[in-house]
Amino acid sequence: MNVDLRILRYDPERDKAPHWETYAVAVDPMDRVLDLLIKVKAENDGSLSFRRSCGHGICGSDAMLINGRNRLACRIRVDQLGKKISVAPLPGLPVVKDLIVEMSGFFGKYRSVKPYLINESPEPERERRQSPADRARYDDTTKCILCAACTSACPSFWARPEYVGPAAIVQAHRFIFDSRDEGAAERLEILSDENGVWRCRTIFNCVDACPRGINITRAILEVSSAIVGRRG
Amino acid sequence: MDYPFDAIVVGAGGAGLWAALELAREGVNTAVLTKLYPTRSHTGTAQGGVCAALGNLEEDHWEWHMFDTVKGGDYLVDQDAAEVLAREAIETVIELEHMGLPFNRTPDGKIDQRRFGGHTSNYGEAPVRRACFAADRTGHMILQTLYQQCIKHGVRFFDEFGVVDLLFDGGEPGAGGRAAGVVAQRLADGELHTFRAKAVLLATGGFGRMFRITSNAHSLTGDGVALCYRHGIPLQDMEFFQFHPTGIVGIGILLSEAARGEGGTLLNDLGERFMERYAPKLMELAPRDMVSRAMYQEIRAGRGIGGKDYLYLDVRHLGRKVIEEKLPDITDFARIYQGVEPLTEPVPVQPTAHYAMGGIPTNVSAEVTRDEKSTVVPGLFAAGECACVSVHGANRLGTNSLVDLLVFGRRAGRQMARYAGGVERPRPIPNAVEPVRAELEAIRARPSSGESAAAIRTELQAEMMDNVGVYRDGKLLTAALAKVRELEARHDRISITDCGSVFNTELIEARELGYLLDIAHVTVSSALARTESRGAHSREDYPERDDKKWLKHTLAYRGTDGPTLRYKDVSITRFEPKPRTY
Repeated sequence: MNVDLRILRYDPERDKAPHWETYAVAVDPMDRVLDLLIKVKAENDGSLSFRRSCGHGICGSDAMLINGRNRLACRIRVDQLGKKISVAPLPGLPVVKDLIVEMSGFFGKYRSVKPYLINESPEPERERRQSPADRARYDDTTKCILCAACTSACPSFWARPEYVGPAAIVQAHRFIFDSRDEGAAERLEILSDENGVWRCRTIFNCVDACPRGINITRAILEVSSAIVGRRG
Repeated sequence: MDYPFDAIVVGAGGAGLWAALELAREGVNTAVLTKLYPTRSHTGTAQGGVCAALGNLEEDHWEWHMFDTVKGGDYLVDQDAAEVLAREAIETVIELEHMGLPFNRTPDGKIDQRRFGGHTSNYGEAPVRRACFAADRTGHMILQTLYQQCIKHGVRFFDEFGVVDLLFDGGEPGAGGRAAGVVAQRLADGELHTFRAKAVLLATGGFGRMFRITSNAHSLTGDGVALCYRHGIPLQDMEFFQFHPTGIVGIGILLSEAARGEGGTLLNDLGERFMERYAPKLMELAPRDMVSRAMYQEIRAGRGIGGKDYLYLDVRHLGRKVIEEKLPDITDFARIYQGVEPLTEPVPVQPTAHYAMGGIPTNVSAEVTRDEKSTVVPGLFAAGECACVSVHGANRLGTNSLVDLLVFGRRAGRQMARYAGGVERPRPIPNAVEPVRAELEAIRARPSSGESAAAIRTELQAEMMDNVGVYRDGKLLTAALAKVRELEARHDRISITDCGSVFNTELIEARELGYLLDIAHVTVSSALARTESRGAHSREDYPERDDKKWLKHTLAYRGTDGPTLRYKDVSITRFEPKPRTY
């Protein structure tokens, strides 16, 4: 079958502003959007630029806006999208070239929540024990691949780019609810400031966007509750 | 720009990150360069587990792990290295837990363990629970945990910097030169920079992208391996490339061996568990080379599903709870990429190019060596898939890739810290970036020649898949060698359409293709010369293992007209070679 693939193109060395280009691409319905982009780059325009690596939804390189929703290009098939497919860079982040956006701000916010185990007690000779139930408590948020699909889908983030955003809160959640971690107070302090969890308006765009199926809004609410509980 | 550091780590997968962490703990001024973002590295896609003889569920010993590794590698493994691997696996896994890795747990809160291919109790008796795991995203959690620790320890990262050349001081490595740094291209603006250092670690991963059907990321183009080769360092055992039995048909994405570790079976068109005929004791948990060959035999005998070139992986009998709790990601892959529901349908699978046993030769301290006498190249280190220490020999066991990158990444970092403490930083090298700049400019300036990277890459991948795959013979390899030479000549005429500097991914891909061509050439030449069958190298014209003639490592040096081959002894300490049956 053939699809019309519209891509929002932008080359900072040539273009004043982004513009749409349309490519007629012969595809198999089981092809992923990433396959289409690779095909256009090989056959139509070698300068088309996008990030990609693992090609199966684990590395998080190829999040983009596909038919109006944030998706990983390697995880969404033609048969899920129809004959007209539009692809644009992630919203809310500065565009560098074509589908490549500036990610340093995103990773800076990730770093700001102390995304590492904090436990200063002496290490036992063997593993620290953790019950299956305690392990299950934070399982959902360990799945995050830092693709930025959630944060860049969030209207609160669009309105206020200083907002730490859902991805960073998910990463904080992963430690706050880990029974081995002792840094919850520090992280909750960071997340209770004006650019922290209170910016979330429970719009659920993040949940729709997450390619890992993480219940992000629930994670944010659990963090908010922990802040309230600590104050109470 | 010229950046002076004491240590440079190239690549931010598991090996690179652990090395960087050790260096940071020792206070060594270190930079990590990666052409991706660290969390995009391919370590993250490892699914099933990481083996360590913790004995949390049943009796286990590192000696058993060592034996399995040696036998699994068809006795081409260096046994001194396998001993280090199996011993230190235990402490590295415990250290990962201390760093916060969310392992699955037993009811009493210990690290849970499951069975994996080729890992046995009591020197081959029966499958043993040795693989520690975090659902089926063990690699993802290892990558995240190590990156988190690097952030905690203030490691300096240069994200999206592609390393395009290696620098040496006092001559090339063959003439006794020592590592002096690297040249890297900042992808965001195309600028070339030099990073000077006393110690340089290559942790650039594999190069499965030379095959059409592969589990490997698009970025796995063997950059560090090819750069070593271009600087006169030999490549070791490149004829050994592992095909994993259970790739998604047509696209090669991996369905983890964990599916079989949890009890999944392989079925042919008649519904038979055909592994009964090939490995009666271990069945589906035989080593990967044997399972992949068995699948090809079934397909050739017309017992592929519907007579086609694939078989079934069946997990239906495991039940929803096991599938959803222990195999969630691969279940999702089957749904998304094949439209198959593993709870109710068997999943079509075929072998996929997965892992390079060969690579840059190193000793057990991760120091790069350059000849039969294992002479060290001072200051140059390699660890992880790009290195060949050699713990995998002719065939790697499942999970041992993670064990390898953890154990030897950690060793690399420690040895680099010791080394960097005792030498002076190399002086700036005048015009260090010029050779690469000239090469890149030549591609950019070339008028359209009709040769594109994409077209040559497609032909290379098809050739390697069809003629240098699971089964090989002299005739096919000779044809492949001619084809690779033709593609190399065409690559010299390659032209691109993108004239820009910002994220010129077309230029980057053209250069990466050159790395793949170098590596493919070495692979084919090494395979053609080895007239025996051992592990993953299976010659139909030489079907037997020949220890008398071939119990030795290949070293391939770059010559004027293709590789020159020399050979190095295998280290045998505890286990004399025996026939390999399961």
